Amino acid sequence: MELKEAMAGTLESGDIVIRIAPGDGLHIDLQSPVEARFGRQIRAVIAETLEELGICDACVSATDKGALDCTIRARVTAAAVRASGKDIWKD
Amino acid sequence: MRNSKLASLEEAILRSGLKDGMTISFHHHFRGGDKVVNLVVGKLAEMGFRDLHLAASSLSDVHAPLIEHIKAGVITSISTSGLRGELADAISHGLMEKPVVFRSHGGRGSAIAGGELHIDVAFLGASSCDELGNASGCPRSENAKSICGSLGYALPDAEYADHVVVLTDDLVPYPNVPMSIRASRVESVVVVDSVGDSSKISSGAIRDSKNPRDVLLAKQAAKVILNSGYFKDGFSIQTGTGGASLAVVKYLRESMVGSGVKASFALGGITAHMVKLHQEGLIGKLIDVQSFDKVAAESIASDIAHQEVSAVDYASGQHLGSAVHALDIVILSALEVDSDFNVNVLVGSDGIIRGAVGGHPDTAEDSALSIIVCPLLRGRIPCIVPKVTTLTTPGRSVDVVVTEYGIAVNPARPEIAERLAAAGLNVVDINALCEKAMGMTGRPDPLPFGERVVGIVMDRKGGILDKIRNIEQ
Repeated sequence: MELKEAMAGTLESGDIVIRIAPGDGLHIDLQSPVEARFGRQIRAVIAETLEELGICDACVSATDKGALDCTIRARVTAAAVRASGKDIWKD
Repeated sequence: MRNSKLASLEEAILRSGLKDGMTISFHHHFRGGDKVVNLVVGKLAEMGFRDLHLAASSLSDVHAPLIEHIKAGVITSISTSGLRGELADAISHGLMEKPVVFRSHGGRGSAIAGGELHIDVAFLGASSCDELGNASGCPRSENAKSICGSLGYALPDAEYADHVVVLTDDLVPYPNVPMSIRASRVESVVVVDSVGDSSKISSGAIRDSKNPRDVLLAKQAAKVILNSGYFKDGFSIQTGTGGASLAVVKYLRESMVGSGVKASFALGGITAHMVKLHQEGLIGKLIDVQSFDKVAAESIASDIAHQEVSAVDYASGQHLGSAVHALDIVILSALEVDSDFNVNVLVGSDGIIRGAVGGHPDTAEDSALSIIVCPLLRGRIPCIVPKVTTLTTPGRSVDVVVTEYGIAVNPARPEIAERLAAAGLNVVDINALCEKAMGMTGRPDPLPFGERVVGIVMDRKGGILDKIRNIEQ
């Protein structure tokens, strides 16, 4: 799938900013205040959400402010829709 | 004046006979605005002292300069109630060879009174002092700069230290009465530019919260009090630090006015809310170990029913006359509560020290009803957990835990659970709260703790309650 650069999310507490750019393979760069305890789980949620949308090649930069999984999925999905131009809610 | 005790800081230190390896002490009434610790330790470093034990009633963000003095070997051990900011971070990462000893406020008072914590030289900041050493946290002249109100945490130091130096930024004519620290206990009086920034007292953990979740928690806690069986004429109450806990009094006030139920006294850190209820006749007396804001500091200066109390008389577990033994209700906050009702108020979910034991275990144990207000989650951090990171208040002292998802009651207090349920409050099992939190956040990975002990949490009797290990980066 062809991607352009896109982002979704805010830096408010409980939210996460997801930036997606074209890449070779999936690279996730995560910054999180809960890295030690939830970093592994946050990366897994980002990867799973992208895979479900058929995106296997992307550079993802995530700036987390303590988001729950539901929020992370929503922000990753929105960023992916913007990056791919494929609106999963309409198409 | 004859017998004047005025001295420069250096003269006072020389006069004190302080030697390498001795214990120096400080109070934390200026909280984040304290200027005494950094000033005195800076001078001690300059004079070449080494291997000192710093015994403060608490330390905060403002004490980051101690890091350099620890690295240089000026300070090699610390006793305190809490640690925050860069200093706490560095210590959690293994800055000090010897572990920091954490005591509750009552525990520190009784350790000093019992000789377990022996203080060689106490350096005590005061808002006003005369040349002979009569000192107070209240303003006594137009030149008063730094007002802290109660000097309760400094009183055991003044009473039991071998040598007492008072630092003040307002030297007033003799006699500075009524005094908190008596001249007969003081060897030197040092005039400095500033002992503290009083505007920074009411910040950090004791800010007034407008956070809607804090308001919700405070309202729920007020309902718990009303229906607990302890809300009756002549009851007594204390609120601990933390936005939700401090705000409970605001919501209790309406019910007090409506029902005619009045409190006999309020204890502990006294706030503007407490002073307001007292002035309205809803709270008879204020027993103040620490004035949490300007209004409280002004009230203690002018109101005879607003009484200063020492840490020993406030919360010692070894002195049966201490005020906590007469306390009915206490509302406290927590970083974490576990399924055995154990509480952690000291170490963050990242394993880094970021709080203070304070009077938490003292008041929780000796009050008739202890209520913890704590959100289920803070961001992605679960606050109701299977096991606390560090134990600071044992679960047997905790009666009720109020969260935004329900109220858990310690199974040891079935009568309270019955009363709350009968009043229509959402009483839930603490394990259900814990599972709910885990369901929302996921189960956290274990913290990367190392093998070194960086902190020891003492219980109220001087035994070891828990150990804090270093965190690996």
